[in-house]
Amino acid sequence: MLRFILRRLLQAIPTLLGVLTLTWFLFFGTASAESIARRNLSSKDPTPAQVQGWIKEHGYDQPPAVQLRKATVDMLMFKFGKSDATKEDIWTRIRQGAGPSIVVSSTIFIGTVFGAILVAVLAAAFRGTYIDKTTTIVCVLLMSVVYTVYVIGGQYFLSKQLRYGPIWGFDPASGLFKYILVPSAIGFAAGIATEIRLYRTFLLDEISQDYVRTARAKGVSETRILAQHVLKNALIPIITNTVAVIPGLILGGLLLENFFGIPGLGSYLFEALGSNDFSVVRAMVFLGTLLYIFGLIMTDIAYAIVDPRVRID
Amino acid sequence: MSPTLLHLLYNLSPLALIGVAVVIFLRARQTPLWGEAFRRLARNPSARVAMAVIGIYATIGIADSVGWYDATTQERRTVIDAIFERKPERTYSAPLAEMTTGEAKPQKIREKHILGTDSIGADVFYRTLKGVRTAFQIGGMTVLIVTPLALLLGLTAGYYGKWRDDVITYIYTVLSSVPGILLQIAMVLVLGKGIIQICLALGITRWVGLCRMVRGETIKHREREYVRSAKALGVTDMVILVRHILPNLLPVVIISTTLGFSNLVLSEAILSYLGVGVPDNVGSWGNMIDAARDELARDPVIWWNLTAATGAITGLALSLNLFGDALRDAVDPRLRS
Repeated sequence: MLRFILRRLLQAIPTLLGVLTLTWFLFFGTASAESIARRNLSSKDPTPAQVQGWIKEHGYDQPPAVQLRKATVDMLMFKFGKSDATKEDIWTRIRQGAGPSIVVSSTIFIGTVFGAILVAVLAAAFRGTYIDKTTTIVCVLLMSVVYTVYVIGGQYFLSKQLRYGPIWGFDPASGLFKYILVPSAIGFAAGIATEIRLYRTFLLDEISQDYVRTARAKGVSETRILAQHVLKNALIPIITNTVAVIPGLILGGLLLENFFGIPGLGSYLFEALGSNDFSVVRAMVFLGTLLYIFGLIMTDIAYAIVDPRVRID
Repeated sequence: MSPTLLHLLYNLSPLALIGVAVVIFLRARQTPLWGEAFRRLARNPSARVAMAVIGIYATIGIADSVGWYDATTQERRTVIDAIFERKPERTYSAPLAEMTTGEAKPQKIREKHILGTDSIGADVFYRTLKGVRTAFQIGGMTVLIVTPLALLLGLTAGYYGKWRDDVITYIYTVLSSVPGILLQIAMVLVLGKGIIQICLALGITRWVGLCRMVRGETIKHREREYVRSAKALGVTDMVILVRHILPNLLPVVIISTTLGFSNLVLSEAILSYLGVGVPDNVGSWGNMIDAARDELARDPVIWWNLTAATGAITGLALSLNLFGDALRDAVDPRLRS
């Protein structure tokens, strides 16, 4: 097992190097320092002196070797430098924002995965009936609505009309639950449909296996087959797939935190996009990728624990 | 060339697209696989409704692509502009209302607007219609980037294996370990707002899934008897790939493209909301939803802008999803879920 984990960790190194090369190329290779400066300066027609001053001040005039170091080594050491727009230290803001973001996204994550398993098991138990068909139709409908509409509409109905939570703000001291209830419910509604459909196919794949027929022939009750045999085996692909929820959580953070005034990483990135803050976006892309790669490794390890066949290769 | 003539020539592109689509459809119907698939689709009621709805959207999109040069405004005017454009009112007005909303002293408006007007007094129905073409442009152009790229790399990696496979697998492992939305916003931020930039950003992040699938399928087919016997007969790799393996992959590619299309339409709206979408002067549902951000907080509530954009985008995405599902069932009953 240890060898497996070690090998999996080593495999992540070239990927990480690739990502660093990609972000370096994207941020330092495609955009010229001058165009970055022009978009950050507030005046419509900046003088050449202003542009040059901005470039010098924010370190975009450094030689390519230094920029390469900034985009690779410094990133790996979590030295993100200062924001282009506000000159704040990026790492400080990230540390402050991590807490609220983790609270909101882990609530959505846990809710979505367990909710989806529950609904998918129900749909699989009543496969081919009304319940199953209705679930499928509702899922397709939920999948066809844009996330932003969930956010705007959800805030209007849940917060403004029904008053389930505050419209704006985040103050853990006065009760965390009420602040994250509505945003989590929205993230849950926006993300659950895809998962339900996926888990349902995993369950149906298992139901058509021979061992289920054998169990049925031996007289095991349908409930027990589903709960004990099918669900247990279907959990393997489900676990492998939970990592696919991460990009959705990042998107959710980006849209929800800003709209509900939760001072998390999503809000920070949203602000940075609005002010053309390249250095913050760069740091956040790296951080998001790191998180995702970590998630992928964890899934593989979890997979190896659940299914010993994977370890042999 | 005079602008009048130039703008008339622009009309050839949508017409050419329709022509190509009709030819492909007619030729596909002759093949046993697709002929049977189309017959099954025609029997499926939800697929019929979905196709009709997509047809309506497509007609609007094409009508918005056919136009002429307007000498007075010195801009292109399309059929949609000519029929649905209304003179701007002063500000918001509710659907079919006679007075404006949101002003201290409501004013009488010039004419009734079926879906009301937005903050600058533009007709919401007209703006909703203008979003159709943008949605199709983004979906279509992204597909044109994604599909060839995924096919080329997926077939190469799967068929030749060895170092080619290693390189291509490495490239897409790197790309897929950056969460899609982050890479997209970073790309549009660096490249600047615009339809082409969005398509590039979406294309770069979207080809990976399809490429993986094509690679896997190609590896399966590579070992089949028909490929081996073709090789034994001295058929070149190129011919094996294009004439023998590719047609076997087409169903998978077409289904995943159809299902991915609705996702692309939704992505545009999200990117526009984040401020890295299409420019403000282009009609887009994403920009309408973005504008509606604060409208529900107003009193009286301005609901029509958001509702119109949501209705339009959900209608298209839902029909595309339903059609994609029906197509999958029709092409390959084994995949039926």
